[in-house]
Amino acid sequence: MYRYDEYDHRILAERVEQFRDQVGRRIAGDISEDEFKPLRLMNGLYLQLHAYMLRVAIPYGMLSSTQLRKLAYIARRFDKGYGHFTTRQNIQYHWIKLEQAPDILGELAEVEMHAIQTSGNCVRNTTADQFAGVAFDEIEDPRVWCEIVRQWSTFHPEFSFLPRKFKIAITGSPHDRAALCVHDIGLRMHRDAAGEIGFEVMVGGGQGRTPMLAETIRPFLPKQYLLSYLEAILRVYNQLGRRDNIHKARIKILVGAVGAAEFARLVEAEWQASRNEDLELPAAEFERIHAHFALPPYEALPAETPAFHAKRFENREFARWVRTNVSRHKQPGYAIVTVSLKPEGGVPGDASDRQMEAMADIAERFSFGEVRVTHEQNLVLAHVKEADLYELWRNLGFFDLAAANAGLITDIIACPGLDYCSLANARSIPVSQAIGRRFADPERQARIGELKIKISGCINACGHHHVGHIGILGVDKKGEEFYQITLGGSADETAALGDIVGPAFAYDRVVDAVDTIVDTYLGIRIEGERFLDTYRRVGLQPFKERLYGAR
Amino acid sequence: MALVKNGTLVADDEWRFVAEADEIPAEGAVVVTARRWLKERDRFAGRNAPTGIKIEAGDDIKALAADIDRFGLVAVDFPKFNDGRGYSTAHLLRERYGYKGEIRAVGRVLRDSLLYMHRCGFDAFDIVDKDPLGAWRQKLGEMSVFYQPATDDRTPARELRHPRRPLARAS
Ligand code: SF4
Repeated sequence: MYRYDEYDHRILAERVEQFRDQVGRRIAGDISEDEFKPLRLMNGLYLQLHAYMLRVAIPYGMLSSTQLRKLAYIARRFDKGYGHFTTRQNIQYHWIKLEQAPDILGELAEVEMHAIQTSGNCVRNTTADQFAGVAFDEIEDPRVWCEIVRQWSTFHPEFSFLPRKFKIAITGSPHDRAALCVHDIGLRMHRDAAGEIGFEVMVGGGQGRTPMLAETIRPFLPKQYLLSYLEAILRVYNQLGRRDNIHKARIKILVGAVGAAEFARLVEAEWQASRNEDLELPAAEFERIHAHFALPPYEALPAETPAFHAKRFENREFARWVRTNVSRHKQPGYAIVTVSLKPEGGVPGDASDRQMEAMADIAERFSFGEVRVTHEQNLVLAHVKEADLYELWRNLGFFDLAAANAGLITDIIACPGLDYCSLANARSIPVSQAIGRRFADPERQARIGELKIKISGCINACGHHHVGHIGILGVDKKGEEFYQITLGGSADETAALGDIVGPAFAYDRVVDAVDTIVDTYLGIRIEGERFLDTYRRVGLQPFKERLYGAR
Repeated sequence: MALVKNGTLVADDEWRFVAEADEIPAEGAVVVTARRWLKERDRFAGRNAPTGIKIEAGDDIKALAADIDRFGLVAVDFPKFNDGRGYSTAHLLRERYGYKGEIRAVGRVLRDSLLYMHRCGFDAFDIVDKDPLGAWRQKLGEMSVFYQPATDDRTPARELRHPRRPLARAS
């Protein structure tokens, strides 16, 4: 993974000192909260219901064991002993004291981490496929490009005061694990007819109160032009995006207003006019960054690992975990492991300091000291020998990290909701916990198969409910928590927004409603159909009837 | 509010900003809105003093491109400190339209904007601050390394990292 050099370090050190000065001026009363707010937001510091929340960037989800230990230390020393991994592959601490924030940033800088641009109307952390570099069907490692985008976008002088926040996601595989379609820009690497590698550029996706799927404005951009093309998109957006209404300021509204074809034309014109501006990365710098993402020194192993298969036969629980949480690796004899942060009754995405430290140790022992964060709020060990899987699984079990539910109904995405967030209408966490308990039986989960539930506490949709196979949205009805349910959303390469099934359910009825939906599906599915397939075949009607009775 | 240019306070600014409805004085350097310029540009032809324009957020600067060399000053207005349109305006003036004269940031020009403005091609700043010169010095000195090339002559990290690279732009 990328390691800082003296320049990266200097940028970060200067930033920490700058923020220390700003916090000092605030505490001394030299600047008002109004003046301070944009400054703290530029460093990822939000004021929430009970305390400050600090959002720390995990660039494209990549962590070393050393970094993860530091995150654990911060959780213990400055928070209540845990952190919350988010759908943007970042981590949030919810119990931060203002006066300690500069020290935390100082601690983070020691391990090449920061909170820069985790907030504000700028280019946020660029996210990527969590299987980058190791997916068997990958065309090129997207992390190299994520790092190039990270450096280009960090403190970009022209694009730090955009109309609204701006999120970019990149994948190098045909199967989209990075939810490209709900990003301001989604970049999919592929080959053209001549075999050259480039990006399909999709623009204008987003969730919130006006959910939209990104549209392709350029089917193939030769990869060496990425930065100038991104600048062209951002320049068009910076000039034409709406600034009069915060709810209409995202690029999706602009793309929707002028139409994708016209937006593409505007970008193309801007790009042609600016291509001579010497923006593309010098070859030597590309090579330098690229070298950081060399694969670890794998052993040459046979494709089959008999001892591993023997264990699967011996131990049903292990076999179940392998089925859900282990994915195919491009290197023979290796596997990709998804470590679920969704144990029964847990808070989706939360990890305690001890769990983080355990993961750091486990990663060092089994996966070259590297851990990844997924947008589905789980962790990934990307380079595990098949022969080690059993031992790894046992170790995970000691720390409540061996839940065998990746991709299943209890692998829920949930935002912090009313338990923390000042914008929330309703709680998300207890709903996800209740669903987790209701469907805890592993046999039943296996029978249900792939089913993604996503929960947001308000229309801002941090929990991605629009693209959940079952989406749950907290709404406020005369001061009471209600939940609107959508069906049929999806965030992969067959992306779709969910359809509202009917009137919202009260807090104590929502788990029953999910149960009814699942039951309906099980009753009408054709052999081998996933929930999403069945829904696409039959539509809302059967679910409506069961939920609300025939009308 | 005070004008800082080339790192010093300018006490006697020669430019006079003329409001939309006011008469344009016969003498002296004046700044008029871009809108007015486009409407009345012929009137300025015979004027024997420098003319500047003020570009407001949302103005289409393409319309001014042909006239750009006639301006002694381009003022770019920031209606709010977080309205970032002016950054692109300055960039385009320098890079696209080759404007070499003074580009002055006016409006909500706060200390935390100065460095980015300077990087986008501004060279004069009408700063809103109790201590404008102090703000300028502090903010321009706070960062010493930059990742991306911009409209300034700071060498970005990506080039500093490869010092022996032959100059691509030797001409
Ligand atoms: S979706 Fe709403 S409630 Fe949930 S974290 Fe986002 S803003 Fe807060």
